[in-house]
Amino acid sequence: MGHHGGLDTDDIDLKQVDFSHIPKLVEFIVPFKWHLALALVMTIAVAIMGTFGPLLIRRILDVDIPAGSIEQVTKTALTYLLVIAVIELLRVAQHYMMAWVGQNMLFSMRYRLFSHLQDLGLDFYDRIQAGRIMSRVTSDVEAINDLMTSGILGLVSDLVSLVAIVVIMLRMNTKLALIALTIVPILFIVVWTLRTRMTRAYHKVRRRAADISANLQESISGMRIVQAFSREDVNAERFVETTYRSFEAQMEAEKLRAMFNPIVDMIAALGSALIVYYGGLQMSWGDPAITIGTISAFLNYMTRFFWPIRNLVDMYNVVLQAGVSAERIFEVLETEPNVKDKEGAIELKDIEGHVKLEDVVFGYDPDHPVLHGVSLEALPKETIALVGPTGAGKSSIINLICRFYDVQEGRVLIDDIDVRDVTIESLRRNMGIVLQDTFIFSGTIRENIRYGRLDATDEEVEEAAKIVGAHDFIINLPDGYDTEVRERGSRLSVGQRQLLSFARAILADPRILILDEATSSVDAYTEYLIQKALVKLFEGRTSVVIAHRLSTVRNADRIYVIESGKVKEVGNHDELVALGGMYKSLYEKQFTDVIAAENGDDAEGVSSRSAGVAEFNPSAEHGGSS
Amino acid sequence: MSVLRRLLKFVAPYWKRYALALVFLLAISGLNLLQPMVIGWVVDGVLAAEKYDLLLYAGLAIFGMAAVKGIIQYLQRFNMAYAGQKVVFDIRNTLYRHLQQLSYSFYDQAQTGQLMSRVTSDVNAVQRFLSNGIVQIVSTVVSFSATLILMLSLNWKLTLISMVTVPLLLWRVKIYSTKVRPMFAQIQEQVAVVNTRIQENIAGQRVVKAFARKEYELEKFERDNMELLQRSIRAERLSAINWSLMRLLTETSLALILWYGGRQVISFELSLGTLISFNMLLGQLLGPIRSLGWIVSMVQRTIASGERIFEILDTEADVRDKPGAKPIGKIEGRVTFDNVSFAYDGVNMVLKNINLDVAPGETVAILGGTGSGKSTLIMLIPRFYDPTEGRILIDGIDIRDVTLESLRRQIGIVTQETFLFSASIRDNIAYGKPEATDEEIIEAAKAAHIHDFIMSLPDGYDTIIGERGVGLSGGQKQRVAIARALLMDARILLLDESTSSVDVETEMQIQQAFSRLLKDRTAFIIAQRLSTVRDADRIVVLDNGTIVEEGTHEELLELGGIYTAIYNLQFRPQEINFLGDDEIESVFNQGGGN
Repeated sequence: MGHHGGLDTDDIDLKQVDFSHIPKLVEFIVPFKWHLALALVMTIAVAIMGTFGPLLIRRILDVDIPAGSIEQVTKTALTYLLVIAVIELLRVAQHYMMAWVGQNMLFSMRYRLFSHLQDLGLDFYDRIQAGRIMSRVTSDVEAINDLMTSGILGLVSDLVSLVAIVVIMLRMNTKLALIALTIVPILFIVVWTLRTRMTRAYHKVRRRAADISANLQESISGMRIVQAFSREDVNAERFVETTYRSFEAQMEAEKLRAMFNPIVDMIAALGSALIVYYGGLQMSWGDPAITIGTISAFLNYMTRFFWPIRNLVDMYNVVLQAGVSAERIFEVLETEPNVKDKEGAIELKDIEGHVKLEDVVFGYDPDHPVLHGVSLEALPKETIALVGPTGAGKSSIINLICRFYDVQEGRVLIDDIDVRDVTIESLRRNMGIVLQDTFIFSGTIRENIRYGRLDATDEEVEEAAKIVGAHDFIINLPDGYDTEVRERGSRLSVGQRQLLSFARAILADPRILILDEATSSVDAYTEYLIQKALVKLFEGRTSVVIAHRLSTVRNADRIYVIESGKVKEVGNHDELVALGGMYKSLYEKQFTDVIAAENGDDAEGVSSRSAGVAEFNPSAEHGGSS
Repeated sequence: MSVLRRLLKFVAPYWKRYALALVFLLAISGLNLLQPMVIGWVVDGVLAAEKYDLLLYAGLAIFGMAAVKGIIQYLQRFNMAYAGQKVVFDIRNTLYRHLQQLSYSFYDQAQTGQLMSRVTSDVNAVQRFLSNGIVQIVSTVVSFSATLILMLSLNWKLTLISMVTVPLLLWRVKIYSTKVRPMFAQIQEQVAVVNTRIQENIAGQRVVKAFARKEYELEKFERDNMELLQRSIRAERLSAINWSLMRLLTETSLALILWYGGRQVISFELSLGTLISFNMLLGQLLGPIRSLGWIVSMVQRTIASGERIFEILDTEADVRDKPGAKPIGKIEGRVTFDNVSFAYDGVNMVLKNINLDVAPGETVAILGGTGSGKSTLIMLIPRFYDPTEGRILIDGIDIRDVTLESLRRQIGIVTQETFLFSASIRDNIAYGKPEATDEEIIEAAKAAHIHDFIMSLPDGYDTIIGERGVGLSGGQKQRVAIARALLMDARILLLDESTSSVDVETEMQIQQAFSRLLKDRTAFIIAQRLSTVRDADRIVVLDNGTIVEEGTHEELLELGGIYTAIYNLQFRPQEINFLGDDEIESVFNQGGGN
């Protein structure tokens, strides 16, 4: 029942495992040290008592029966039963204790990781793929559990029983024991060789299975294209190739597996044959140390060698896996959050909403700044728009205002307080942040909107939805506000998701709104709804917007044109067009389509006012975010 | 049960291997019985009888039997594994082929993850049954009955005594399959819940941070995590108790044998060797009973997995070649909708009485709000769906009379979501024409204005893209998709322009690529760009599944209807104030799209 298959290790080079992290795991054990000690005592007791059984059987065969005493036979049989009952009782207690310790350890490890993940900055999430982070909290933790519970105790239990068996055999009949034990090294070598080869073979099987999954995943999600391009036959052939490779890998592993038990059995039989042969010889010599019961007991012990040896060998793999997993877990736990509350950080209370950047220098990599001395300002209730080409630094500016990152030089001020002087939580509570990729949590629509303010009443939630124009589509869903949605739920269109995230922000009712306008296109009516909602969002609060919509830039109090990490132009739409600089050329490029239409032969189509497509989008930086 | 019978059909081609494995299995069962008997003989006939000259033979017999058994065991396992894996290989490929035939309507409903798990884990579950399960069941039955018969013939009183615990053992087995196993299934469910929670938290981390929701997330996580903890501990406890009880019952039988057998030996009713044989045979008698719970649950799982597999295999493709369908041959490209109506569910018509005749080489732009039926209309042309009523003709031939492959090969498609495969750029462009030469591929890439970009990549056309390779921007992806469609050299083109936005230069390049693509071909375009609409030979405005307006840009503007409204909204957003909110909403709401 092991979980050894759970790791999504691509290909761990097992020779380069760094075991230095395993000792750090001690901190997770410490709270349970007494439980663990108790479990250990019980384990040893079970292992030792487990060897009593054959001794008692020998007693019946050698002593009680020859003595012809039915009373003694009954007594020994009862003792046997009693011993077994005690063993099983201890075993239940030990198993339960171990499960309790193991599960509690898993619980706290998962919790620690999860909690730490909440503190880690966005730089971490930008750097490491979600899937990889995921596997650290799930399968890596699972691998550690294997080491801790089945691993450590299993090791103790196996060693104790091996030693106990050897001691008993030696005491019963030293010569016979030495002869019987000659097969132990053979058994060990064979088990070792075969098990390690099997582990390798099954690694390969798993890789091949992953290939099948990858092929399938792509085939199924791209099935429409497959059919549109009539690729069925070619793809079926490729799939056959993939599955055949998996078949071959499977058979390689199966061969080893089919070999394993028979070979082990043969070695054990060799041992049994030696015991019978040499034991018989001893009897023929009239050696008093030998009886039929002894031979029977030896045969019985012979079968008990195999499991401990096999477990010891498997233990090796468990330790390897745990070494890798521990390394990855501590890599997460030891990553420091990039922004932290400083000592004595104050709570940011009710604010006016005055946002100011003073000569800000910032780079994700400090040696390569992306912002070179940016200063900008939004007075309370003003809307400022940031425009500029891809990579100009617009997103970095809003990341700094939200304090997802800290500046290298200069300051970010809210109501003239440096954002580094206040707690992160109070800062963000005063801000509404609406990002491009609108994220929907699985749950109801209502819960998703309520994420903006957890204590909001149902009425308030609906009120927020009404303000942004989401109410109508919500009540038309099968269960209205109680409709279940999912992150990738196809139930909601891009536009609808955007409206939901607006409702979330409205509900939070922040003094400062940070908005990154999404660029993916929506149908004309939704676009109309979004534009209306934006007007409501901006109303009565300070707004900093990465603008893509013409309507947004036109209505902004001030537009900051950002290029190469610097503010190039400042002013409102008319001023900047009149300036004839970068803004004007961006603006014209974007609307060539319309300008061409104006110059065409079309007499009545377009008014002399500059018309444009629905999006003012001079950048491609979010091109892939559909 | 019928599921098992149907699974056996997949087994049929390999019946020889199964038969062989079965023969080996019976041999093993026989040897298993012989082994304790040999030991018994050694005790009684050699050691107790003090015939020490036979010792060497005794030793050889013990080892020789194990050697023979080992070889047979290996052959049996190998054959079984081979047959089982081969069957799985067949089932997987059958499933895959079938999945490829299923129509769009199926994929509209299906979830990728669920389909995946049927082809992977459900097939694995079936495989476990086919390569181990069947044999296990046979072997359990055979070895139990053979052991029982042997024991009865040796000493029936002792046999009955050793079976006293069997009813209790069966009761624990039942507990196992009704209580313990379901508890472990519940753990797995909770694991899935916890994993989803983590995954969502990671994916939504920006939102979590934006709203400063750490505490709230921790609370939710702790609740799920705690539930997992408790379920696990409960299941482990019950499972530990159950296993211990089962072991205790087996050992009780052993104690009974020693107690009663000991008395019999003393009263000379039984030999010592037989008692030792009994001791060893007991495991073979009770082992199968203990494994009953495991067998039952495996059969249950196999049936459940088999049902899910056959559910897919039993799904008929909605759109299929009809018997005697012929290839359509080289076409001119005239497309005719003859009174076409369509409903996804057969009831709610998404398209109503569409009549449209498009001449070869004509470009038709399609406009309309969400849910007006734009995409549905173009999806009917390659027969991704069949019309509910009416018919679609290409060059005057009903498309249901020709083979799907020949039809689709003549149609190039650029969809809204450009789906590219994780393969080289070359393979992606040649997707619809794997036999294309390098020259053809490069030509297509040049026409799609993506060649220069491809050459700038380190591996050029061999650069791997997609999940495991280089990430392309939206505009680059789209141009690769255009090259892919271009290479098809199809007479009919279907384009969905409503794409996520790209930067100005890319936009222009895509425009140019499009115009190249459109030349001399019949084209249907779900239009988003003003230039497309203006340049189209004809504009079709759909509303609520019917064609409400049709004509050129100028004609429609003159009409002053819904086209004018869409035009004003979509292409001139700042003019919103010219139309009152009520007017706009009334224009869209009559479509009922929202």
